[in-house]
Amino acid sequence: MSALGKITTEVCYATDKEGNYTTEQSRGWDVKITALDVTWKNVEERMDAARQKVLSNEASPLLFFMEKNVMDVSIVAGYTGFWKWRVKRHLKPSIFNKLSNKILLKYAEVFNVSLNEFKTMKVDAS
Amino acid sequence: MQAAHCESGVTRNLLKNIGINKMTEPLAFGLGSGLFFVYVPFLKINNGPAIAFRSFPGIIFKQTCKSLKIPVRRKKFFSKQKAQLFLDQRLEEGHAVGCQVGVYYLPYFPKEYRFHFNAHNLIVYGKEGDNYLVSDPIMDTVKMLTSYQLERVRFAKGALAPKGQLYYVEKNQDVTDEQMKTAIKDGIKKNVFNMLRIPGPIAGVRGIRFAGRKIKKWRDKLGLPKAGLYLAQLVRMQEEIGTGGGGFRYIYAAFLQEAYAYHPADGLLKISAEFSRAGDLWRTSAVQAAGIYKQRLGSQEDFNVMGDYLLEIAEIEKKAFESLAKINWH
Repeated sequence: MSALGKITTEVCYATDKEGNYTTEQSRGWDVKITALDVTWKNVEERMDAARQKVLSNEASPLLFFMEKNVMDVSIVAGYTGFWKWRVKRHLKPSIFNKLSNKILLKYAEVFNVSLNEFKTMKVDAS
Repeated sequence: MQAAHCESGVTRNLLKNIGINKMTEPLAFGLGSGLFFVYVPFLKINNGPAIAFRSFPGIIFKQTCKSLKIPVRRKKFFSKQKAQLFLDQRLEEGHAVGCQVGVYYLPYFPKEYRFHFNAHNLIVYGKEGDNYLVSDPIMDTVKMLTSYQLERVRFAKGALAPKGQLYYVEKNQDVTDEQMKTAIKDGIKKNVFNMLRIPGPIAGVRGIRFAGRKIKKWRDKLGLPKAGLYLAQLVRMQEEIGTGGGGFRYIYAAFLQEAYAYHPADGLLKISAEFSRAGDLWRTSAVQAAGIYKQRLGSQEDFNVMGDYLLEIAEIEKKAFESLAKINWH
C-alpha cells in the first residue's frame, strides 16, 4: 500500500467493460510506491554522507539539514530570506560556528527543529 | 469532492460551487488544455530531471473559465499579512477560494509525499477562529490548517513559488450547452497547438521523443544508480500527486468521451481510445523503469527498450492530436 493509501484513497480513471471511463479508487500501485521508496532511500544516503562530512568537520550541520529537508541552496535562501552566497558561506564549519543565535534560529525554524538540535544534528529519525 | 488531479479537481469544485453542475473533472482538464509534456534538460528538481505531463500551474483554471466566459479574479501577494487579509475578506463575503500551495509543509500530507512541489491546489472555504477549513482534492475528508500553517504553504519557496496566489469566481452564473460546446472545441484546439506546434524540441510530442532519446544515454552519462533515480522521478511525475494514472492520458481520454456527448463528431471516440492506448503504454514504460530502479534490469538494452517506449508513445500521441486537429465540428 502506498503512503497516501494509509490515509486516503486515490482517484484513478479507468475504462469499464464497454470501454467507458469511470473513476476508481486506488490504494496505490507497486511501480510508483517503489519509485517513492527509491527516492527516499537516496535522500537517506545523502543525509548519511552529509552527517559524515559534518563529523569530519568538512561541512556545517546546515548541509545535513538541507539534505534531510530535500532542499538546495536556493530553497533555503528562499525560506530564510538570506542571500544565496550567505547560505553557501554558512555551510563552512568555521563560519557556522561564529553565527549568532538569531541567524541559527531562523534556520532552525525552517527545518522545524530546536536550536540545540540544529547545532548537534541530534534529531529523531522521523 | 475528491479528484484525481488537484487543479482540475479544484476547478471543478469551484465551478460547481457557483452553480455549474455539469462541470466534471475531465471536462475541466480538457477545457483547460491540461495535457502536456515538457522535459527541461538544463533544469534539476530534487536532484532529478524536470519533467511535467501537464500544463503550468494555474493554466487549467484560467483557461477553463476563460473559455466559458466566467470572470475570474486571481491575485499574488508580496506581503503575507495582505495575503491573509484578502483571503479573510473573501471568505467573509462567502466565496470559496482556490489557493496555489507548496506541499512540503502541508501537515496532513504523508511525509513520503512531501517534496518541494509548489504546484498543488486546494480550496479554502471557511474560517473558525484561527483555523481555516480546507478542501483538498487529493484528500477524501475536510482538513484544517492554522493561519501559520496556511501562510507557510501559500508562501512556499523554490521553483514555481506560489507567492500566495489565490483565485476565485466573482459571481454565480450558469453555462449553457452551447457555451460548453464552444469551450470544448477551443480547449481541444489549444491542446493540439501545445502538443504539436510549440516551437523547440523539448515540449509537446517532440519533447516526448527528445526524452526518449535522452533516456537511452542516461546509463552511460549518469551511471546506473543515478539513471535509476532519474527514471524513478519520471515515474513519480507520471503517476504521483494525482495524475489519474498514465500521466493524465486517461483523464484526457475520459474528457474526449464526455466531449462526444456534446459533440457527436466522427472519430472522437476512436481518438479517445488512442489516448487510452498512450496511457497504457506510459504505464508499461513505468514498469520497465521500475525494473531498472529496482535493479532487476540494468543493461544498455533495457534503457533502449525504455527509450523506445517513449518514441512509440510520441508517435501515438502525434497521430491522435493530428486527428483531433482534423475533427469536423458541427
